Amino acid sequence: MDALLLQILNGLDKGSAYALIALGLTLIFGTLGVVNFAHGALFMIGAFVAVTLQRVLSLSFETIDPTQKDFLGNPLKVKTPYVESWFGPETGGLIIDWAVPLAILFAIPIMIAVGFIMERGLIKYFYKRPHADQILVTFGLAIVLQEVVKYFYGANPIQTPAPDALNGVANVGAAFGMDIVYPVWRIVYFFFSVIIIAAIFSFLRFTTFGMVVRAGMADRETVGLLGINIDRRFTIMFGVASAVAGLAGVMYTPINPPNYHMGMDFLVLSFVVVVVGGMGSLPGAVLAGFLLGILESFASTTWATTTLPGINQIIIYLVAIAVLLTRPRGLMGLKGVMED
Amino acid sequence: MFGLDKRDTGVLIIVALLALFAPIILNPFPTDSAMAQFNAGYPDLMQKFVIFGIFAIGFNILFGLTGYLSFGHAAFLGIGSYSCVWMFKLLGYNVIPGIFLSILISGLFALLIGFVSLRRSGIYFSILTLAFAQMCFALAYSVLSNPRFNLTNGETGLQVYANDPQWFHRDGLPDLPHLFGLSMRATQKIQVGAWEFQFNAGYYLCALIMLVCFYLAIRIFRSPFGMMLRAVKSNQQRMNYTGLNSRPYTLAAFVISGMYAGLAGGLLSAVDPLAGAERMQWTASGEVVLMTILGGAGTLIGPVLGAGFIKYFENIFSKINDNVLHSWFAFLPDGMEDFMVFIIHPFIGKGWHLTLGILFMLVVIYLPGGLVEGGQRIQGWFRKRGTKTEAKAGKTEPAE
Repeated sequence: MDALLLQILNGLDKGSAYALIALGLTLIFGTLGVVNFAHGALFMIGAFVAVTLQRVLSLSFETIDPTQKDFLGNPLKVKTPYVESWFGPETGGLIIDWAVPLAILFAIPIMIAVGFIMERGLIKYFYKRPHADQILVTFGLAIVLQEVVKYFYGANPIQTPAPDALNGVANVGAAFGMDIVYPVWRIVYFFFSVIIIAAIFSFLRFTTFGMVVRAGMADRETVGLLGINIDRRFTIMFGVASAVAGLAGVMYTPINPPNYHMGMDFLVLSFVVVVVGGMGSLPGAVLAGFLLGILESFASTTWATTTLPGINQIIIYLVAIAVLLTRPRGLMGLKGVMED
Repeated sequence: MFGLDKRDTGVLIIVALLALFAPIILNPFPTDSAMAQFNAGYPDLMQKFVIFGIFAIGFNILFGLTGYLSFGHAAFLGIGSYSCVWMFKLLGYNVIPGIFLSILISGLFALLIGFVSLRRSGIYFSILTLAFAQMCFALAYSVLSNPRFNLTNGETGLQVYANDPQWFHRDGLPDLPHLFGLSMRATQKIQVGAWEFQFNAGYYLCALIMLVCFYLAIRIFRSPFGMMLRAVKSNQQRMNYTGLNSRPYTLAAFVISGMYAGLAGGLLSAVDPLAGAERMQWTASGEVVLMTILGGAGTLIGPVLGAGFIKYFENIFSKINDNVLHSWFAFLPDGMEDFMVFIIHPFIGKGWHLTLGILFMLVVIYLPGGLVEGGQRIQGWFRKRGTKTEAKAGKTEPAE
């Protein structure tokens, strides 16, 4: 029983990353009808916003501390981050420690801006072109973004630790009388993604803006005829979708040190998730994300890998193929979306 | 000739001549000159040109004719490589059985994958093929390399070891891939003045096979079957309404292009007997899409051009480093020289993929027909200018 719950937990945090990326992909696809192969790159950019913020915060100057000596007897040079000298060592240290959560605040405007630039600068011109062209141009863009990040940050993964307070492990099973020890940050990640998903859904459901967007997803032309500038709203949704991907990336950095190709690695799986969930269906994307995450974690148990070696590597693809062949529209696919 | 019309025969002959004289044409700079690093006339690179040319020609039969964008063709390349190396391990280093088996096995896989994937079209098809290819990659990389059942040798890559059976290997034969005793590495070097030309056996075998493949591709393009595939691209629904079942045609195209990819993989192993899983990764599939688009999808010569273009610049750009740049811009004042090197630095050497990505985006945005369309546009532009001046001259006359 304990092992079972542990596997579900394991699946939830990977699943939440899939769900967030797939949600953004579906938002873009549902509103603009564009297949965005550069979405993984947005996830990666989000992660590197966190890396950058941590580096900026730990920028420091050197002073000579006469009270301390190194082993040769010379006065020791001490590095003090600017933040610590401005806010005092206590607060400053805390700010540096909490760099990753703080990065959320910076990531939202940056990612929305990146999304705007991408949509207005490039993708706008591809609405009327065939899907193959959209795939190809966004694929090219993904390569470019990835190489630019590689140029500035190098090819190696960069360690970006979570705040000390959230870096340990906790016994999550204690409340139920069970013994399940689990890293705190992964639980935080899961709740964070649930909040984001809930926010997106309630934004679409309960605000006027969301209502217009939903109407536009159903019938773009009619909404346009009613005198609503639907294009501008869709551009904003593109920004929102890239912000979602970026936030998923920011929070993922402590789980997996970011490197320049992390976006590509996640992208393929996220596409599979979107297809399994049903192209254009937001709840489908979230559901499929969590389901496939949990499935993958169950396939990685020792029992599964000894009976069928390597099943954890291919389970998602097998499921995707099975779903596409039996339910071509995906689990919750809508009628009329990408039927051809 | 061979059932081709005049124009196609011309194209075939031109390609044959280019392939025959490639070691000379691609070596325009004397060996000792500073420009020698831009020579492409050495066996390794020339083999890559023709092998990836075969790969792209095959991909074009599927994508260029039917419009089905497969993002998983590298899987067949990898499968071909593995089967060829297995033939080396079991039978010995003769390349013929290896090449045949690689075509056969990749054809079988293509039949299986195509049968499933072609039930869907458009973006779904792309993602299905991508999923299959990633699955093959995962299988080759880790699943099929466990000690109990080692088919692919995982990360190390499959290679021939001394204790492999090699039933037909005899003492007189070279210990490297060979064609009935003629080693694939056998290179005839000819010195002409300051130039040195290398004629490599492996290259000529690959080039010969490429010509056969190219000829077959022309025949497919001009056949009723090719016409049917074009019909699938332009309007599949209407085709189905007329009572035609288009799936056997698309499946045939998929299998043919899979066999081309397998053949390319087999040849890669034939010139260098090592097969690794990274050949199957989805970036490799992306690369062949790049080649086809860059050259011009749906045209005959385009994919070959694209493959040559990408492989050439991959090799050359990744060789240029800062020192070379400094020597180029040495004529500029000091500050300017450093500035220019600083500007260009991200795009060369290890940053070559950045250049490739930008180039790819530019091509998709401005030149969807690839290099071939670019050439046609330039040609048309010249022709138009010619007719305009004539028209002007014609107009001015009656006014006088």
